[in-house]
Amino acid sequence: MTTPLPGQPAPAQSLAQKLIAHASGHGAVRPGDVVTCRVDLAMFHDSSGPRRLKAMLDELRAPIWDRERVVLVIDHHVHASDDESRRIVRVAREWAREQALPHVYDNQGICHIVVPQHGHIRPGMFCVGGDSHACTGGAFGAYMFAVGTTEMLGVLVDGSIWVRVPHTLFMRWSGRLAFGVTAKDMMLSMIGRFGMNGAQYQAVEYCGEAVSALSMGERMTLANMSAELGAQVGLVAPDDETRSWLWQAGARDIDLAPWSSDEDAPGTRHNFDASTLAPQIALPGSPAHARDVADIEPTPVQLAYIGACTGAKLDDLRAAARVLAGYRVHASVRLLVAPASLRERDVAQREGILRRLEEAGAEILPSACGLCAGYGAALPDNSTTIASVARNFKGRMGPDSAQVFLASPYTVAASALRGRITDPREVLWDGEPEGAR
Amino acid sequence: MTAPLARSGLLQRGRRSVDSGSGQRGSDGTPGRRVWRLPADIDTDVLAPVMWMKYSAEVVAQHCLEALRPQFALEVRAGDVIVAGPNFGIGSSREQAAAALVHLGIAAVIAPSFGGLFFRNAFNVGLLLLTCRDAEALGDGERIEFDAQEGVVRCVADAHGRDLQGRGALFDCEPLPPFLLERVQAGGLLAQLKRRFQATASR
Repeated sequence: MTTPLPGQPAPAQSLAQKLIAHASGHGAVRPGDVVTCRVDLAMFHDSSGPRRLKAMLDELRAPIWDRERVVLVIDHHVHASDDESRRIVRVAREWAREQALPHVYDNQGICHIVVPQHGHIRPGMFCVGGDSHACTGGAFGAYMFAVGTTEMLGVLVDGSIWVRVPHTLFMRWSGRLAFGVTAKDMMLSMIGRFGMNGAQYQAVEYCGEAVSALSMGERMTLANMSAELGAQVGLVAPDDETRSWLWQAGARDIDLAPWSSDEDAPGTRHNFDASTLAPQIALPGSPAHARDVADIEPTPVQLAYIGACTGAKLDDLRAAARVLAGYRVHASVRLLVAPASLRERDVAQREGILRRLEEAGAEILPSACGLCAGYGAALPDNSTTIASVARNFKGRMGPDSAQVFLASPYTVAASALRGRITDPREVLWDGEPEGAR
Repeated sequence: MTAPLARSGLLQRGRRSVDSGSGQRGSDGTPGRRVWRLPADIDTDVLAPVMWMKYSAEVVAQHCLEALRPQFALEVRAGDVIVAGPNFGIGSSREQAAAALVHLGIAAVIAPSFGGLFFRNAFNVGLLLLTCRDAEALGDGERIEFDAQEGVVRCVADAHGRDLQGRGALFDCEPLPPFLLERVQAGGLLAQLKRRFQATASR
C-alpha cells in the first residue's frame, strides 16, 4: 500500500486495485499486497449459509456485524422433496426470522441473478458470496468473490476479510459478435485457451468494444464464468448501460467515474477479435474442452437444458425462443427450461417467450439451481445432454455415464431442434421475423 | 509474497512449525508419511461428491475421491499426505472438499498449484497446503516428511518402505504467509474465532 506524496502523481491502477484500495482504506495498493477490506455486502444461500452458519454463530454467541449488509437467498434445495433438503430449507427460513434479516429472497430464483435484480450490488462495492459463482457481481463493477462457509462466518462477525491484491488479466475484445454468437461463446473460447485455472486466482477484466456492446445479462455471463477461468473476480467497468440497468433494479445514486482501469494500469493483456468468433461447445468433462461447434461430430442429444445462473437469464431465454419460435424440438429430445429468476420468468411470459418455448415442446421448470447443482432429478444413465450451464464435470449433474456438453442458449436450442449438436447459424437467419421459417 | 505481507500488519511472526520435520513415522513403523499420488485438476466434485453434499462432513468424507480411488477413504491413515498435479481443488466453493480431507486425517496436500478458493477454504478448515513446483516428481506410496515453516518436503522412503537414509530428494515449497500457518496450527478459522470470543466473554 502506498500513499503518494503531495505533488507526486498517483500510480496507474487497475479497476481491481482501485476497488480494493477503496475497501481497505488505502490510497493505492499494489498486486501482491495483502490487505484487510471492509465488506459492503455478504450474500449466501440455503446450501452454503444457515445450515452451517447458524450452529457456528450460536457456538460463538456472536452477533451479525450488520444485518443490513447481509442477503440470504433460498434457491438450492427449495424444490427438492427429500427430508434432508426440506430440513435445510426450514433451517434457513427459521434462522432468517430469528435473526430478523431484512433481505431474504425465498424461492425467487438463483442468488446471482436475484441479488443484483433487487439493487444490492452497485459499482465500487466490495462483496463476498457463499457460492463459487459469486463473481457474477463483477459485471456491475463491484469486487465480488466467492468464499466458503467458515470464511463467511468470519465476515459475519467481523465485517471484514483479507485479500491479496491480484494482478489483472485484461481480456480485450475488439469488433462485434456475429448474430447467434454470445458471451457464453466468448467465455468457452477463453476457458478452452487458458484452462480451468488459467487466471490463477487473479482478476480478469473484460473490455473492448465487443464487451461495451453487451447487455448487462451478457456481461453477467462473462463475470459468472470467470469462476471456470479460475479468477477471483471477473470485472466489467461500469458504464451507462450499467447505470440504466441498475436504475431499473432500484439502485440509483451511482457514481461511475472512479471505477475504471487507468490506461497504463499494470496487467497482462490479451486481445481477441469478436467478429471472427464462432459458436463454441465444451465436450463432456470440463468447460476447458471447448472448440468450434462446427468442428465436432453432429452428436445426437436426448436432453437439452437451458438453466442456471449462467444460461437462463432473460437474454438466454430470448435467444432460445429466436431459434425455436414456430418450430417443435426433435422428437427424440426433451427440452427443459428453468428461467433464472421469477422476475425474468415474468418478463419472458409478458414477451410471449415462454409460450413460444412451450409451443416448441419445452418443459418449463422452477426458477432455482435445480439440475445444474445436481439437486433436482439427475440426468439418466448413458444420456447425452447439451446445456447452457457453466460446468460439466463428470458426475456433477447425474451418473458418471451421463455426457454433458456446454454451449450457448442458441446452440442448445438449435441442437434441440435438430436432435443433434448443431451450429445455431445453420438454423438462424438474422433479421427474419420470428416464426417465419 | 512475504515482504508485502509483512507490510500489511496482518502478520505476527512466530517460529512454531506445523510439522516438526523429523521423526514422522507411518503407523506401520516405516519412516515418513505415505504419499497418495493424484493427477492434475482434481476438482471439488471429486473431493466432495454433490450427491452426498446434503449430509454431514463425516458422510461426505467417506465418499471423498471415490470416483478416482474407490478405496481411498477406507485405506487412508491419519498423517498421510496427498501429492497431486497442478490445479488441485478447482471448481466449487464448497469447503467440504477441504473438510473431508481434514476428517480423513490428511496432514497436507502438496501440489504445484491450487484452486484459489480451495486455497482459502483449506486454511480456514485447518488443512495445510504446500505449493511445491516439483511435487509431481513424488510417486504413490513413497514416504515424505515436510516442514511447513521452512517450506521443504523431503522424500524419506521409497514405495516399498525402504529408508532412503537421507538420500531422498528435497523439494522447496512457496513460503506461506505466517497468518495462514497460524490459522492451520490453530485448527482453522472457527477455532481461532472461538478462542477470541471466549476471551471476550470471560473478560
